[in-house]
Amino acid sequence: MTHAETSEEMSHEEAANDRVMFGFWVYLMTDLLMFSVLFAVYAVLHGNSLGGPTGRDLFSPPLALTETLILLTSSFTCGLGMIAARKGIKKQTLFWFGITFLLGLAFLSIELYEFVEFIHEGHTMRSNAFMSSFFLLVGTHGVHITSALIWAAITLFFVAKRGLTKSMVRKLSMLSLFWHFLDIVWIFIFTVVYLMAFV
Amino acid sequence: MREFLIGKLNADALPHEWFTIAGSVGFTLMLLFAVGLITYKKRWKWLWNEWFTSVDPKKIGIMYFIAGGFMLVRGGLDAIMLWLQQSLSSGSSHGYLSADHFQQIFTAHGNIMVFFVAMALIFGLINYIVPLQIGARDLASPFMNTLGFWLYVAGVIMVNMFFFLGNEYGAAGWLAVAPLSGKEFSPGVGMDYWIWSLQISGIGTTLAAINFIMTMLKMRAKGMTLFKMPLFTWGSLCSMAMAVTVFPLLTMTIFLMFFDRYFGTHFFTTTGGGNAMMYTNLIWMWGHPEVYILMLPSLGVFSEVVSTFSRKPIAFYKSNVFGMIGISTLALMVWLHHFFTMGAGADVNSAFGVATMIIAIPTTVLVFSWIVTMYKGKIRLTVPMLWFLGFIAVFALGGISGVLLAIPPVDFQLHNSLFLVAHFHSTVVGGVLFGIFAGLAYWFPKIAGFRLNERIGRYAVWSWIIGFFVAFIPLYVLGLMGATRRLDHYDASTGWQPFFIMSLIGGIIIAIGAALQIVQIIASFIQKRRLADTTGDPWDGRTLEWSVASPAPAYNFAVIPEVSSRDAYFEMKKLGISKPTYKDIHMPKNTASGIYISIFAFLVGFGFVWEIVWLVVVSILGIIICLIAKTFNEDSEYTIPAEVVEKMEEHQADKVRAFHKDDDEVDMGLLEFIKIALSWAWRLVRGKR
Amino acid sequence: MTKPGKKFSRVRTIWLVLLGFIGLSLLVAALLRGNDVILFSPKGLVADQQHRLMVISTLIMLGFGVPILFFLYFFAWKYREDNEKAAYSPHSDHGKFFTFTLWALPTIIMLILASLMLPATQKLDPKRLIESENERLTIQVVALRWKWLFIYPDQNIATVNYVQIPVDTPVQFELTADETPMSSFWIPHLGGMLYAMTQHVNWLNLIANTPGDYQGSAAEINGAGFAGMRFITRVSSEEDFKKWVNDTTLSTNELGTSEYASLLMPSENNQAAFYSNPEPEIYSNILSKYAGGHQQYAGSTEHKVTH
Repeated sequence: MTHAETSEEMSHEEAANDRVMFGFWVYLMTDLLMFSVLFAVYAVLHGNSLGGPTGRDLFSPPLALTETLILLTSSFTCGLGMIAARKGIKKQTLFWFGITFLLGLAFLSIELYEFVEFIHEGHTMRSNAFMSSFFLLVGTHGVHITSALIWAAITLFFVAKRGLTKSMVRKLSMLSLFWHFLDIVWIFIFTVVYLMAFV
Repeated sequence: MREFLIGKLNADALPHEWFTIAGSVGFTLMLLFAVGLITYKKRWKWLWNEWFTSVDPKKIGIMYFIAGGFMLVRGGLDAIMLWLQQSLSSGSSHGYLSADHFQQIFTAHGNIMVFFVAMALIFGLINYIVPLQIGARDLASPFMNTLGFWLYVAGVIMVNMFFFLGNEYGAAGWLAVAPLSGKEFSPGVGMDYWIWSLQISGIGTTLAAINFIMTMLKMRAKGMTLFKMPLFTWGSLCSMAMAVTVFPLLTMTIFLMFFDRYFGTHFFTTTGGGNAMMYTNLIWMWGHPEVYILMLPSLGVFSEVVSTFSRKPIAFYKSNVFGMIGISTLALMVWLHHFFTMGAGADVNSAFGVATMIIAIPTTVLVFSWIVTMYKGKIRLTVPMLWFLGFIAVFALGGISGVLLAIPPVDFQLHNSLFLVAHFHSTVVGGVLFGIFAGLAYWFPKIAGFRLNERIGRYAVWSWIIGFFVAFIPLYVLGLMGATRRLDHYDASTGWQPFFIMSLIGGIIIAIGAALQIVQIIASFIQKRRLADTTGDPWDGRTLEWSVASPAPAYNFAVIPEVSSRDAYFEMKKLGISKPTYKDIHMPKNTASGIYISIFAFLVGFGFVWEIVWLVVVSILGIIICLIAKTFNEDSEYTIPAEVVEKMEEHQADKVRAFHKDDDEVDMGLLEFIKIALSWAWRLVRGKR
Repeated sequence: MTKPGKKFSRVRTIWLVLLGFIGLSLLVAALLRGNDVILFSPKGLVADQQHRLMVISTLIMLGFGVPILFFLYFFAWKYREDNEKAAYSPHSDHGKFFTFTLWALPTIIMLILASLMLPATQKLDPKRLIESENERLTIQVVALRWKWLFIYPDQNIATVNYVQIPVDTPVQFELTADETPMSSFWIPHLGGMLYAMTQHVNWLNLIANTPGDYQGSAAEINGAGFAGMRFITRVSSEEDFKKWVNDTTLSTNELGTSEYASLLMPSENNQAAFYSNPEPEIYSNILSKYAGGHQQYAGSTEHKVTH
């Protein structure tokens, strides 16, 4: 039984790329499951403020809305960056991903500002179960954003240095997938944590 | 300053209990012996280049076996200690263990057996066999595979670290039920060791599972559709799909527990509005599927074994596959049956009870599929087949008691009793361990190049089966007598002691079985040439792994086969195999990144256990740097040219042709082994004089 | 593959296995002589029904499982390679009907079991009150480290590690815990267990039909003193119970706030203790303690009734 590779078959490298992208999707699923635990925990515990302030007392809707808009915009710029990367235009790629990076930084600053404000007012994650679940849910998202930013910075550095090779484009598309994923998770956080507090 | 440098560490942490002194001295001696031997034989470089940094799933698989086997002995010693305490500690006698120490041992026993034995052996089998069964040369991400393995090793070291520093392990049961495991009730570092050993190895498991899913779904040989996959691969796929679904839940749950303990949050605490019942729910959402994660590959092994040794294709292949898919899907929805007694109410309990019963349906279908396969077959009662027959007896017991426990009103009486302990040991020893042993006996020729000694193997199987019944039937009875689990002491008037003693005797018989398995492996090494598998197909196998040489070459397949039917290799043998044309083979390069990252991961855990902040920060930075360096290193492959492949394949063929085996010789028996061992020892002693 | 050494006699093996099983059963039976297999000697309505359900379900499963096992081992013996007489067919093709049967058989068995299980689960829900001519006795149970505190609110007494109830009288245990990990309250002679947890009340309804002393235990690991967290359940006649209550009421040992505080301290292998005049607020204080002082204990809610 002989076996000949036909031209229709994917090249060795393309097949590897295909696998890695698939694996990354599976990873995103596991990450989503971790968030789902945090959402479930928040759903169970958000009422247990034991007389402390509730979400309605604490959250500022304009701030959360600003965060949401920033993150949505960043998803858009990230998409533009990906289009440029697929076309192989290095400058545009760096520009749009750079914008995405800055927007992410802005989002993170607002989130940190909110946290510092709460802690300053004496509402830490030790206060009660509601605050614990709030800080862990939003904080975990923040940590993800932080790691995405570090990842973006390094990838962009290597794109600038090595150019848009196939594997670099793959790394960028993984990064953009991750970024959109975090955007979606944030939409859920915005709904479940911030909007529901005012329903 | 001192606190900054070494955190909570102080002289008190050094071993001062008898068991930590014994453990640390024992481990140190073993380590010294190993280091000495390797240095003496000048094997460090070889070990590092050929094994530790290897990305070859076959070598990683063997390393999983060695580590898992080592931990099996470690966990087995725990079991014997538990049995001994319970046999002694009746009435006025309090045995030889304190309550706290006893509780640490059963916690460690559970953790070690599930995480560091069963998982390791299952991953060992999957690593070695799955790529060969699907016609792949490697895994989708070789790096993730070594990383997963070394994270597991970091977990192994972490779970034994308390021998050296800390003097205590967690004492809250293998799942560390909250709020008992919280800072309020378990202030010591034992729980922290629990957290970090599971967290680190759990992340390794998730990575490995993602990798296997990628491999099985994306790297099958041409023509191998999903419904042509061998059943062991199917079992592994179902198992790994469950693993990626539930291990994130474990990671997050332990993460929240970690926050409770370190940062004073209120997730599972009794105070501050925390909800301990939520922990019970979350941990069992992982814990129940975990049992099936371990069991499904084993069920797959049995399907392969029954089919090969009955000389028939498996009957009801599709039902068998759907059975496994059904088990894995249903297993995700039954976690609440582990705590009917928490007071959820009749409706919720009924729903979960029914869901649990439904799992019995696909499981029975699997058994039917094996029975019909054996019907009108030509059955060879080899050691793997004996493991299968033993498994059926043990598993039937576990299955029936399992359905009983799924009936909430009955469970109210049996829950947390020794009946429950006997039940899950029936399913896990029968359904997981026996499957692994069957798989090891079945695939040993493929892994080592020679098959295992059948005679001593038989003794081992019988010891395990007899030992199992002698050990666990008394536990069922004790449960019916109202004995709760995890008792370090009980009243003499209960009349339980004879049963505990009987159970201990069973445990000793099991230990003899395990010892016989070690003897079996040594005896097989002695008779290596006589038992050699030159054809690569010692059992008249049916699946692709038997089409390559034993042991399999680094690239697995010189030419990736094309598959057209289910028992692919069996069909090929019927049709005859024509001479292939060789091509260049791309193989991944070895990497040490997995080891470095795992060392840092271990240090992160260690830093957290002893609250050494700088160590945590530095180690996390180390992990990030290693990851970046690995990700952006584009030079990760090498090529084996076609001519070299051809030469290697022909060399193998020559070896096969040149080898003559004396057919009259047979496997040595136990007596012969003892004679050889004694004469060897005698020569050693005389040589020294 | 080479033939392994001595061809072992399969018939002898089968006899040995059978003998082994008989021997094991005889040994277990001998060891059981004179001992109480609690789950098989129920002393109350709930335990009795749970016992029956257990036996019936086991018999159904054995009726289904034993033939399966028989065929499996019979085939393993009959179709052995060296049995020249046995037929061999190297294919495994089977019709749709056979496949259907394969799935239908276990489904039917599970349907039968589920039809037994569903009504029983409703009927034996621990929350469900047991109907009887006699008036229901309420006992508040607090799991402490590592002892059980029983408060009789209507009798105005309290006990530690000892609970006495009159025969043929439905009893409702209201289980909770204070500064103690989850504990499981179990009197196997009378019926199944239920968890006692902080923040929560679980209601366990039991009834005894035979006087006697029965063991009670904590079935869920809850710390170092776990094994010693046992209590005696004395089922007595109505008169004896009343007498006992009267005697206990006269006790000078009162359960005030300070006595309760000392009970909260962890201690192991506690002896039975008896108190009169328990501080009436103790139980509700325990519950509101974990609710941040914001929820008050609403008392026992109305439950369905078992007949």
